[in-house]
Amino acid sequence: MNQDIFVVAEHLKGSVEDVTYELLGKGRELAGSTGGKLVAVLMGSGAEGLAGSLGAADKVIYVDHPALENFNPEAYAAALADVVKANNPGLVLVPNTSMGMDLAASLSVRNDLPLVAYAIDVAIDGGNVVATSQLYGGKVNAESVLEGDTVVVSVLAGSFPADAGKKDGAPEVEKAAAPAELDNLKVRFKQLIEPEGGDVDITAQEILVSVGRGIQSDENLPMVEELAEALGGAVSASRPIIDNKWLPKTRQVGKSGLKVKPKLYLCLGISGAPEHIEGMKDAELIIAINTDESAPIFEHAHYGSTEDLFDIVPALTEKLKG
Amino acid sequence: MNIIVPIKMVPDLVDELEINEDGTDLDRDFLSYKLNEFDDHALEEALQLKEEGDATVTVIAFDGEETDKALFTAIAKGADNAVKITGDFEEGTASHVLAKALAEAIKDMDYDLILTGVQAADDRDGQVGVLLANYLGVPHVSVVSGVTLSGNTATVHKEYAGGMMAEFEVDLPAVLGIQAARETPRYAPVSRVRQIMRQAELEEVEVGDVDVNVGSEVRRMFTPEAGEGAEMIEGDAEEVADKILEILKEKGVR
Ligand SMILES: Cc1cc2nc3c(=O)[nH]c(=O)nc-3n(C[C@H](O)[C@H](O)[C@H](O)COP(=O)(O)OP(=O)(O)OC[C@H]3O[C@@H](n4cnc5c(N)ncnc54)[C@H](O)[C@@H]3O)c2cc1C
Ligand SMILES: Cc1cc2nc3c(=O)[nH]c(=O)nc-3n(C[C@H](O)[C@H](O)[C@H](O)COP(=O)(O)OP(=O)(O)OC[C@H]3O[C@@H](n4cnc5c(N)ncnc54)[C@H](O)[C@@H]3O)c2cc1C
Repeated sequence: MNQDIFVVAEHLKGSVEDVTYELLGKGRELAGSTGGKLVAVLMGSGAEGLAGSLGAADKVIYVDHPALENFNPEAYAAALADVVKANNPGLVLVPNTSMGMDLAASLSVRNDLPLVAYAIDVAIDGGNVVATSQLYGGKVNAESVLEGDTVVVSVLAGSFPADAGKKDGAPEVEKAAAPAELDNLKVRFKQLIEPEGGDVDITAQEILVSVGRGIQSDENLPMVEELAEALGGAVSASRPIIDNKWLPKTRQVGKSGLKVKPKLYLCLGISGAPEHIEGMKDAELIIAINTDESAPIFEHAHYGSTEDLFDIVPALTEKLKG
Repeated sequence: MNIIVPIKMVPDLVDELEINEDGTDLDRDFLSYKLNEFDDHALEEALQLKEEGDATVTVIAFDGEETDKALFTAIAKGADNAVKITGDFEEGTASHVLAKALAEAIKDMDYDLILTGVQAADDRDGQVGVLLANYLGVPHVSVVSGVTLSGNTATVHKEYAGGMMAEFEVDLPAVLGIQAARETPRYAPVSRVRQIMRQAELEEVEVGDVDVNVGSEVRRMFTPEAGEGAEMIEGDAEEVADKILEILKEKGVR
């Protein structure tokens, strides 16, 4: 493989997202073992100033074009493909986020490069990149060897500490030309839509009782609300509960929902898919009730029980009410 | 408006998943398969678009475990056509290979929109929808949870973190990776599925070997360490509830 490590910088509404720092921190370590440079790829419009918050990189390659002002799957993929082609790095680290999912697979096909997704770890072993992916809803990990001079790995947010990638100082900025494709796009950004405000701000709650698909029906929600009330907390949920419209979007914990750090996160009938874990793994105390003893939630919880939630919830509520 | 929905069967995640003897894949002998849940959302969104306008919905899947049942179920739910891709594409085939083969099967079909599930539990080497769009050379947006059609464009909502969304306008034909349909995916009664199985025909398309560089190989598959897991509370519900209260007191949560 080639030596340089590239990190695709993700930014939204004028600030760099934490996942970028996570990748820069890891990228620094990997560049140490390949002896290459750590380079951040920044795409935007009038966003060169953001390079000042990418101090962990040796260099920032910046592509400027009006079509890059906001993320656009087509425009960003075209610009990234050109930068990678012109520089031949050894490894391109892309966040496995909503934006990154559009970029990594596009880069792989456009430039004919190997890709491994859902990575929670990346290492260099025997001259090859080795990526560990979290698959099957978090139940199984797969360690893949990637072969090629340039390879792509998309990394799940929260896999590495962000602190290691946060450094002051302005790295050298190299400007790269925007491809002609950007003047004639088939995908056009229209607007950002802010989340609606909700009745309860789950990020401000010290105690959350969180329900998942194990609850079976919205008719069973009052029982959970009663428990949350007895504990002095609020009810949050996994995504399927929100998709079923049983609770508002503002109650969703996870990748496409909110990140919460309560003192207690009591989860009922949640399997612990990586996208859910992303939103709650930093809770101080996690207690999980799930009848499947192999549910991934038990890898992240501090305490667990495989008893039926429909037995535990009333028993606990009754004891709390004393 | 012709909408194609590629669907895929994945191992049922409620089961315990075991690793095979070489430690490089699942032990697939006793796995049960079910439809990838995001594909079910893609199908539902396609059916919703059909019901609000004038569209035909074609579902397409690789031959394999439970494929026929899934395709017939899709017809029972309202899809117009079902296509089965035959060839050498066993369970666990790399996403790049599946996407390239899908592109081969689809490229000569008349389509305006392809809706895939945003991801699947086993797409280690990338999401099939985005790969497919790139092989077909058409635009794509993934993590979509809202689609409106108007003439030759689609207006879509792509989800970011924290409930934030971005709206894009996309020229058709395009591929959209569906995160959630506007309504909960519908069920088809088992009796209706059985009836369809007797009446409907699956169209078959054969795809030969595809030439694509996956460039990565699994050298070790494993279940995450049990050691770093939760302390399990034993006992019946009453005992577990007592223990939970004790923990809460100890940690100062109560
Ligand atoms: C791009 C993207 C973003 C996503 N964002 C999010 C997100 O923000 N938040 C999120 O949560 N998900 C998100 N998801 C979805 C995620 O992949 C999972 O599908 C989801 O988290 C599963 O929810 P669940 O655990 O409630 O359901 P399931 O995985 O179906 O789990 C239900 C669990 O309940 C248990 N159970 C059943 N009955 C009982 C009982 N009686 N007692 C106790 N336990 C029982 C079962 O054993 C099972 O483990 C996202 C997915 C994608 C692709
Ligand atoms: C791809 C696929 C689609 C299926 N679609 C249906 C369907 O529309 N209606 C149906 O009755 N059976 C469907 N089945 C069959 C279903 O999974 C069960 O095998 C069957 O219903 C036996 O039910 P159960 O209560 O033992 O199973 P469980 O698997 O425990 O099912 C729980 C409930 O969910 C329904 N269900 C499970 N999987 C699906 C699914 N993928 N799509 C829609 N509903 C599902 C079941 O009907 C049942 O009511 C489908 C199977 C496959 C492989």
